Amino acid sequence: MDQSGAQNDVGRRTFFVGLIYGLWGLIAAALAVPAAVYLLIPPRLRKAPEWVEAGDVSKLDPREPMELVFRENRVDGWKIQSEKTTAWVVKLADSQIVAFGPQCTHLGCAYHWDDNRHGFVCPCHSSVFAIDGKVVSGPAPRPLDRYQTKVENGKLMLGPLHEPKGNA
Amino acid sequence: MSWLDHRTGIETAIRNFLYEEIPASSGWHQVLGSIAVFLFLTQAFTGALLAFNYAPTPGDAYNSLRYILTEVTGGHLIRGLHHWGASMMIVVVVLHMTQVFLYGAYKKPREATWMVGVVLLLLTMAYGLTGYLLPWDNRAYWGTVVATKIAGGIPLAGTYLSRLLGGDNAIGVVTFARFYGLHVLLLPPATGVLIATHIYLVRKHGVAPAPGDEAKPKKKFYPQQAFKDTVAIFIAFVILFVMAAAVRVPLERLADPTDTAYIPRPDWYFLFLFQTLKFFDGPLEVVGSVVLPGLAMLALLLTPFVDRGQMIKVTRRTVAIGVVFLAALGWTGLTVAAVATTPKPDNVVAIDYGAPTDWMGLSPQELAGIGYYRQENCASCHAISAGRQRIGPDLANVPIKKSAAWMIEHFKHPAAMVPGSAMPAILLSDSQLNALAAFLLKLTPANAEALLNAPDFAVDAGLVYQSKGCGGCHKVNGEGMTIGPPLNGLVRRRTKSWVIQHFVNPQALSPGSIMPPYRFSNREMDGLVAYLFTLPDQP
Repeated sequence: MDQSGAQNDVGRRTFFVGLIYGLWGLIAAALAVPAAVYLLIPPRLRKAPEWVEAGDVSKLDPREPMELVFRENRVDGWKIQSEKTTAWVVKLADSQIVAFGPQCTHLGCAYHWDDNRHGFVCPCHSSVFAIDGKVVSGPAPRPLDRYQTKVENGKLMLGPLHEPKGNA
Repeated sequence: MSWLDHRTGIETAIRNFLYEEIPASSGWHQVLGSIAVFLFLTQAFTGALLAFNYAPTPGDAYNSLRYILTEVTGGHLIRGLHHWGASMMIVVVVLHMTQVFLYGAYKKPREATWMVGVVLLLLTMAYGLTGYLLPWDNRAYWGTVVATKIAGGIPLAGTYLSRLLGGDNAIGVVTFARFYGLHVLLLPPATGVLIATHIYLVRKHGVAPAPGDEAKPKKKFYPQQAFKDTVAIFIAFVILFVMAAAVRVPLERLADPTDTAYIPRPDWYFLFLFQTLKFFDGPLEVVGSVVLPGLAMLALLLTPFVDRGQMIKVTRRTVAIGVVFLAALGWTGLTVAAVATTPKPDNVVAIDYGAPTDWMGLSPQELAGIGYYRQENCASCHAISAGRQRIGPDLANVPIKKSAAWMIEHFKHPAAMVPGSAMPAILLSDSQLNALAAFLLKLTPANAEALLNAPDFAVDAGLVYQSKGCGGCHKVNGEGMTIGPPLNGLVRRRTKSWVIQHFVNPQALSPGSIMPPYRFSNREMDGLVAYLFTLPDQP
């Protein structure tokens, strides 16, 4: 085989190998990108969050936290689950009712109101929150989350849960 | 030798694999096996992705698949890849087998390679059979009813086979679990092991040479044949991808054991078997369901022991070519006959439940509103999804919904309600404007796209329903009066021909009815009946 023939062979070989890598790269990308999109992009939202009736406002005493248990519909994948949920509700002033989400802002444990310590106490890592939700002590990084609230015909209505704005 | 190779031998192994010697005649005709392996791996991958969003129980299966199709981003594509990949796999496996058969590559010492291949063909078909049930729509349900009944009809073994498939009484949770278990737990590892064995045997005996190869120098698999395999796989993948992206796989309505109007048919590659069954009646049925397919499989398995002559050129293997030709002819004939004899369904409207069906919850008046929205070309000035700029305001993303009364006034005298508005007045009657307003009140950013994509037949039916004032006596989706019977669930109570006759002459079918007769064009009638039959059972 003369030298130009050998060079030709090397050229052909490089071409084949290059295309093999290129085509497999394309196939891998065409499978990996849709897979990533499929797994990582959140699905189309089915229902706008609605207001849920949590209970009677008249049951609340001023500055006396109360755990209200109510049912709410939650979109869970392909299902809409009707679940029991709770909220810790405090009547701070006559006009202001605050409803806290039932989970500690540290790692999500369910906290409860402790009358003796006059605060919300988390059983997991001993975070303590004041009656207005502010962190008193412990590892909790931020105040308790709050439900949006409104009162209709004496009934407390709860909207979506959100982090308190500013240092509220 | 690298560090890694020293410890694992992986580089040497890959090198040995790639630099395998293959006969001089090897080429494009041998790429099919590689495509089949590639498709199997793709099926495993897309199948796993589907399983991440899928609940394998009746009912939930259907809802979770609808969730994949209508809500999960890219779900349609992944499901399309899996669906069309299955069909493609059957095609490629059969072509691979045909190539090996034509070339006589199963001859001594490659009999075992061939027989393992025949078992792999059976496994491929088993995927098709078990996967068919998993969407749990009407098609899946009834197809599986027939398949399990055939299995149950086999003499002696039938009872046990049917029990094994959980189809003893009816198709339900047990059958579902068995089919799902087979499809995702048993078949894939079995296929993996058999493919490994198959490839091992190919390597052990080497790729089958053609006559005259002995005289020529051997080639290496890599890179030239590997290049051909890669190009072939790439072409197959492009076809698969385009099919998955462009051809919608319809999802029918939820499996309904009470649906007597449904016409069950298996997937296209089983139609020939389905048609074969029709030729055998009563006690002879077993001939079509077991004896013939069994003999065909036996013939395939024993092929290498029947045809034991010397290797000759493929062009001179006239008997083999004849067999392939006859088989293809028979298969095509049976399949065409099966398609041709499938009656057009009477009661069933083809609705793709793989697309959002939010429009089904609308009242006929609101559907008519979509019709007026389209007729008046509202979309040329108003967008309904964020991000698109049009002259008029976005109708789905308005901060505060106006009342219907406000909207109707605005439709009549746009500038009177919105000073400076460039919108032309809409010249429709009050009741038509009312319908348009009713529809607009239902629009939200989340459902706008889905509602405006309502099928034409339903919108047209809404227009007819609204213009004839059917709601003055009938209730649909909670709207309308109850002087006449409510129309939800009509598909359960009446046939299509009954409804059509009833429109023409109500009293002939319902003596004492006060409903006036209606004369519709054929197109109006078809659309209206189709629409009425899609109404959900419970509004």
